[in-house]
Amino acid sequence: MDLVLTAQLAIIVVVFVSLIHAAAGMVWVERKVCAYMQQRLGPTRTGWAGLLQPFADVLKLLFKEELRPKAADPFLFTLAPMISAVTAFVAFSTIPFGPPITFFGLLPHPIGLEVADVSVGLLVVFAVASMGVYGIVISGWASNSKYSLLGALRSSAQMISYELAYGTALATVIVMAGSMSVREIVDAQQGTWWGFLPRWYVFPQLVGFLVYMTAGIAETNRAPFDFPEAEQELVAGYHTEYSSTRFALFFLAEYINMVTVSAVATSLFLGGWHGPFLPVEYGVIWFLLKVGFLLFVYVWIRWTLPRYRYDQLMRFGWKFLLPVAVINLLLTAAAVLYFDV
Amino acid sequence: MSDVLFYVFGAVAVLTSALVIGQGNPMYSVLLLVASFGAISGLYVLLDAPFLAVIQIIVYAGAIMVLFLYVVMLLNAPQEDAGEWDRLHPLREPGAARLGAVLATLLVVQLAWALSKTSGIRRAIGDDDSGPLVSSVAEIGRVMFTDYTFAFEATSLLILVAMVGAILLARREGER
Repeated sequence: MDLVLTAQLAIIVVVFVSLIHAAAGMVWVERKVCAYMQQRLGPTRTGWAGLLQPFADVLKLLFKEELRPKAADPFLFTLAPMISAVTAFVAFSTIPFGPPITFFGLLPHPIGLEVADVSVGLLVVFAVASMGVYGIVISGWASNSKYSLLGALRSSAQMISYELAYGTALATVIVMAGSMSVREIVDAQQGTWWGFLPRWYVFPQLVGFLVYMTAGIAETNRAPFDFPEAEQELVAGYHTEYSSTRFALFFLAEYINMVTVSAVATSLFLGGWHGPFLPVEYGVIWFLLKVGFLLFVYVWIRWTLPRYRYDQLMRFGWKFLLPVAVINLLLTAAAVLYFDV
Repeated sequence: MSDVLFYVFGAVAVLTSALVIGQGNPMYSVLLLVASFGAISGLYVLLDAPFLAVIQIIVYAGAIMVLFLYVVMLLNAPQEDAGEWDRLHPLREPGAARLGAVLATLLVVQLAWALSKTSGIRRAIGDDDSGPLVSSVAEIGRVMFTDYTFAFEATSLLILVAMVGAILLARREGER
C-alpha cells in the first residue's frame, strides 16, 4: 500500500486510540484530584493507585443490561449517544499535535500530524462542536422523561448562548493569525518576543483566552456550568434514562469534548507544539503537557467552584461574556490594522 | 470520484428534503432537514467552497435547526394533530386544493425547463473553469465588502428589523 496513505491511516488510529485513553485517564485524574481535594484517597484497589479504575468502570458499563423506557422513541434513543460520541471524535480531526514529520525518513516528504489539514479547520471544529448539541437535545426528547427533557432544554439554551462568545473568541485569533487553518495559526506562534517571551497568543490575547476557556467549559457542560445534569434538580439531566453502553458513550463524549476544547485552546493561545528548551521534533511533548495542564484546570475548577444559578448563567453569558468578546474582537481588529498594515 | 459523491449528496439532499414533509412527527422532520443541510454542505465542498460548506453547517444545521428543535420540544407535540382544525382549514377546500395542484405542476414544468436549458450536469459540479473563483475566505470577504456592500448592509438591516419586530410582538402588554 501507498506509504503516505498508510501513515495517514496510522495517524487516524493513533488519534482515535489516544482520545479513548485520554478520556479514561481523565476519569482517573478527576477521581484522584477530587479525592485529594476532599482529603480522601480516591480509587486505590484496582491496580497501582487505582489506575485500572476507569477500565473497570468501562467493563462494568459494557456488561450492564441495556434499559430503554417503554415510552421512549426507540430509534432516536439509540441515535443520540452515537451523535454525541461521533461529533466528539470528529471535532479533534483538524487539530495538529506535532510538527510535520517523515516517520524517521520512511516517507518521501513530511506530513502533518493531524487527521486533516483543512483551510477552514478552525471553523470545522466550531461546526462539529455545534452539531454536538443534537446528541443532548435528541436524547432528552427521546427519553420521554421530564428530567431528561428539562436537561436537554437547558443544555440547548446554554450551548447556543455560549457558542456566540466561543465563536467570537475564535475570531480574534483568526484576525491575529490571518488564517483559519489550525496548522498555520500554530506556526504563526513560533519564536519569541524580545528574545524571551514565547510568541503565544495568550499574552496579547489574555482576554480572548479567558473568554474562550469560560465558554469552552460551558460548551462541554462542566461545572460550574453543568446545568444540563444538575443532580439536585434533574437527577442526571439528559442522560437520566440511559444505562450501559449508551450511557458510556455520553460519558466518553463529555471527556473527549474536554480534551478537544483544551487542545484547541493549546493550538490557538498556547502555541500548540511550539515551546522553549525542546528541539522542534519533540513538539508532541509540549503539546501533551499544555493539554494536560488545561485538563487539570478543568478538574480544578469543577471541584472548587459551586454551580451557578440558571439566571446567573444566562445573564453572565449574554450581558458580560459576549460584550467582552465582541469589544475584544473590535480592539484586536483595530490593533492588527494599526500595527501591521 | 467527485461525480459519484455529487450524486450521493444530491440524492440524500433530495430524499431527506422530500421526507421532511412526509413525517407525522415534527421531531423527525427537523432532524431530516438537518441531514438535508449536511448533504447540501457536502455539495458545497465538491464545488470547492469549503467556507460556505462550514458556514452552512454552523448557521443552519448548528444554530437555526437547534432553535427549531427547541420550539418543537417546548410545544411537546409528539404527533401532528390532523384533527378537526386541519380538516376545516380553508386551504383544504376543493378550490384551494386545485389551485395548489396547478401551482405544483407549474413548478415541476419550470424546473424541468430550467434543467433542460443547463448544459449538462458537469456545469453543476463546477468542473469547467469559467467564472470567477470565490472559494477563498479572503476573496469572499473582499467581494462582500466591496462589490456587494449595499446588499450586505441592507440584509443586515432587514434582519435587525425582523429581530426588533419579534421582540416587540413577544413583549407582554404593559411591560416597558
